[in-house]
Amino acid sequence: MAHQSALIAEDIEAYLTAHQHKSLLRFITCGSVDDGKSTLIGRLLYDSKMIFEDQLSALESDSRKVGTQGGEIDFALLVDGLAAEREQGITIDVAYRFFSTETRKFIVADTPGHEQYTRNMVTGASTADAAVILIDARKGVLTQTRRHSYLVKLLGIRHVALAVNKMDLVGWDQAAFDAIVADYTDFARKIGLDAFTAIPISGLMGDNITAQSTDSEWYSGLNLMQWLESVEVDDDLRERPFRMPVQWVNRPNLDFRGFSGQIAAGTVRSGDRVKVLPSGRETTVARIVTLPGDLDAAVAGQSVTLTLADEVDISRGDILAAAQDPLPVANQFEATLVWMDDHALSPGRPYLLKIGARTVTASVTDIKHRVNVNTLEENAAKRLELNEIGVCNINLDQAVPFESYSENRDLGGFILIDRLSNRTVGAGLIRFALRRSDNIHWQHTDVDKTARSALKSQKGRVVWLTGLSGAGKSTIANLVEKRLHANGRHTYLLDGDNVRHGLNKDLGFTEEDRVENIRRIAEVAKLMVDAGLIVVTAFISPFRAERQLARELLSEGEFVEVFIDTPIAVAEARDVKGLYAKARSGALKNFTGVDSPYEAPDKPEIRIDTTATSAVEAAEQIVDWLEGREADYTI
Amino acid sequence: MEPAVALSDIEAAPVTSTASPAVDSSRLTHLQRLEAESIHIMREVAAEAERPVMLYSVGKDSAVMLHLAVKAFYPSRPPFPFLHVDTTWKFREMIAFRDRMARELDLELLVHTNPDGLAQGIGPFSHGSAVHTDVMKTAALKQALNLYGFDAAFGGARRDEEKSRAKERVFSFRSAEHRWDPKNQRPELWSLYNARKHRGESIRVFPLSNWTELDIWQYIHLENIPIPQLYFAAERPVVERDGTLIMVDDDRMPLKPGETPQMRSVRFRTLGCYPLTGAVESTASTLPEIIQEMLLTTTSERQGRVIDHDQAASMEKKKQEGYF
Repeated sequence: MAHQSALIAEDIEAYLTAHQHKSLLRFITCGSVDDGKSTLIGRLLYDSKMIFEDQLSALESDSRKVGTQGGEIDFALLVDGLAAEREQGITIDVAYRFFSTETRKFIVADTPGHEQYTRNMVTGASTADAAVILIDARKGVLTQTRRHSYLVKLLGIRHVALAVNKMDLVGWDQAAFDAIVADYTDFARKIGLDAFTAIPISGLMGDNITAQSTDSEWYSGLNLMQWLESVEVDDDLRERPFRMPVQWVNRPNLDFRGFSGQIAAGTVRSGDRVKVLPSGRETTVARIVTLPGDLDAAVAGQSVTLTLADEVDISRGDILAAAQDPLPVANQFEATLVWMDDHALSPGRPYLLKIGARTVTASVTDIKHRVNVNTLEENAAKRLELNEIGVCNINLDQAVPFESYSENRDLGGFILIDRLSNRTVGAGLIRFALRRSDNIHWQHTDVDKTARSALKSQKGRVVWLTGLSGAGKSTIANLVEKRLHANGRHTYLLDGDNVRHGLNKDLGFTEEDRVENIRRIAEVAKLMVDAGLIVVTAFISPFRAERQLARELLSEGEFVEVFIDTPIAVAEARDVKGLYAKARSGALKNFTGVDSPYEAPDKPEIRIDTTATSAVEAAEQIVDWLEGREADYTI
Repeated sequence: MEPAVALSDIEAAPVTSTASPAVDSSRLTHLQRLEAESIHIMREVAAEAERPVMLYSVGKDSAVMLHLAVKAFYPSRPPFPFLHVDTTWKFREMIAFRDRMARELDLELLVHTNPDGLAQGIGPFSHGSAVHTDVMKTAALKQALNLYGFDAAFGGARRDEEKSRAKERVFSFRSAEHRWDPKNQRPELWSLYNARKHRGESIRVFPLSNWTELDIWQYIHLENIPIPQLYFAAERPVVERDGTLIMVDDDRMPLKPGETPQMRSVRFRTLGCYPLTGAVESTASTLPEIIQEMLLTTTSERQGRVIDHDQAASMEKKKQEGYF
């Protein structure tokens, strides 16, 4: 709905023309619980005449029933949407509200103040051009104010208003206001927040929201609405070099091949030279196709379809960039990560990383430090828990075009997705590329994997046995190697306990260490396969993600997953090493199947049911499977 | 009884404005930004979902969504079918309009009606609005999504419509049972949408999330988007029930003693099943007049819908059950 205007009744056409040319400002409001955020937003909606009579009558009846304002209109009820939070009296998610004035349309992200919901605040801030940070005049700058300000700065919001609320409750005391502003100025300087506008307000009474308060004659600055209307919407993006991630290849027929996407930066004109990244091929923009007609030029923010002068191989996720000023490509970054999932970030674990229209596999190789957003201290950390923020090194399985987040949100912001649950678990902001990978090239050797395999008349493979402790992995692995050896195969057996005596003796049994344990084994196995060996491994390897990582390190057909399928009750009854008993008594922590999960394979190459198959039969079955696929290699 | 509306009458109102120039000398307008965002969302779904579908309800929001879909993929056709859940109680003009749009735009149109509900003769007069909506709309939609195996469905809902919608994600995840769990929705950052899901799960996608009712009308006006004539005021046969004007669209409507349809100049702010959709008295016969009336009016558009009055937070509850 829109604000009221005399023009609506008098000259609707003129009103529509004016409305059509309005700009859009997206902003967030943040503050602690009880700072009066919801009340402020309710007030903005109310004062811009966004509330209909039916909503108003519902509001009045709600105010009487559950309101906190003694029968007066409780504006917070207008925006507290979900039933659950109405009962709890707190906002528990990001809500988006809309209102407009004579010159602007606004989208407000109402972000929660409760401490454990950093995730929602970051979400709301990611699309905001401006931020209104609320402070309770009676309480001053709180821990949560610092947290919110830090996040606002981190997410790259350059326009900040400090709304000192509830001024009516401190008798509109200028000294109190000035003290809070001075306090906040100190903090803002520390986090590099260069400029902000402080406004004394009362959301409840409506002072300095849309009209100057009569109680604050000492304040002559903008009221909040004036500030919102005057914030410059950042359009300098169009002055930057052209960049457009390709979202969708548009091929209605053989005669048309276009590349659709939303322009992330710059301006493009037909005839412009563009470079395709990461491939580096160059071509010329032929047409800028839209409905109802072609454009001569298009700018940052527009969704268009480009056709190119040459047949260049381009697919979803590639970026078209100004040829004379292309963007860099890298596969290792330093980035700030905001963790958003209950399940902590484990370094080494592979996640999906989505940046622009491209999704790749990535893992955190190192958490350089965790940021305490309350004190801004940097602490060492082995993991990131929900709502924690850390600076990390990230390694991608392929190079991607990017810009630093501070240059461009759309080209430097990414999300991490858990490969099993598909949840969005983290948000990342690229700081810069790490050049290390450029300096470590895979050493090309004249004798290669094919040559080594040919000499052994076999195909190098990893036979990866996975299953619970006590399932019989080591016994079966040992029998498999003996049989292969007897057949004249060149083999090596990597066994869990043996590896932990040397290569991995620095690792314990926490989830992060288990991930790293498997990563190292997978890398060693990969080198052995490169040497042409048939590697048999016997590790519990409980997590699908890590087994998938091992599979992806190798070429198609080289990874043979063997699921030694033994029900937990059977394995526990065997309890050869007495480990289950220890785990049940609590003497052994993180024991798979007891207090740490085992994720069974979805589609193993081979499944052995040990309740129906003896170890000898199992080994036979595995060796038969392998030999059946060796025909090409047998001389 | 008003004669059926001839196809030639179903035109958008006369429009004098032309579409805004693509590159303004200054910044993009809010409508240009909304349009670009919606197109971006649609292309993401087309690229990442296995079997997307666009729900087409024939109303003004659907008209805008359809128009944006045509723009998003031009010169290709939208790479997904359009699904209309037909309760058999829609205004007759809506059905004629739907078929005309499908023909003119060469769309793949799927129409689904709940066969069980049809066999049981479920209708709003005989069973009441709650049962009718549940069986012919909510259950029917789930049936159709399961029947065709759609894993992503575009809907025209907007965040400004209702309080619980204000927190809805653009990509809203549903369990295999089509249930919405407000506590288990993914954070959406920047313009990055995570469309990954397990087999059986599906996504409802709302490309118009950030549009308001005024934006919708203004865009229809600017882009000259065809909408059903029902939105424009005309003499129509109505009866007044519990303070609501109901149009007698066919002879299935049982008239109570003393009820006689009267010709009144009315129009509709939302379109749905005719027995559940209240008309407003109006003389607005052009888009600017409709917009003017909307801006000067004092009740919100959902008030014409019968289902929202039931209880506090009813929309949230319906959504958890799978209502769009």
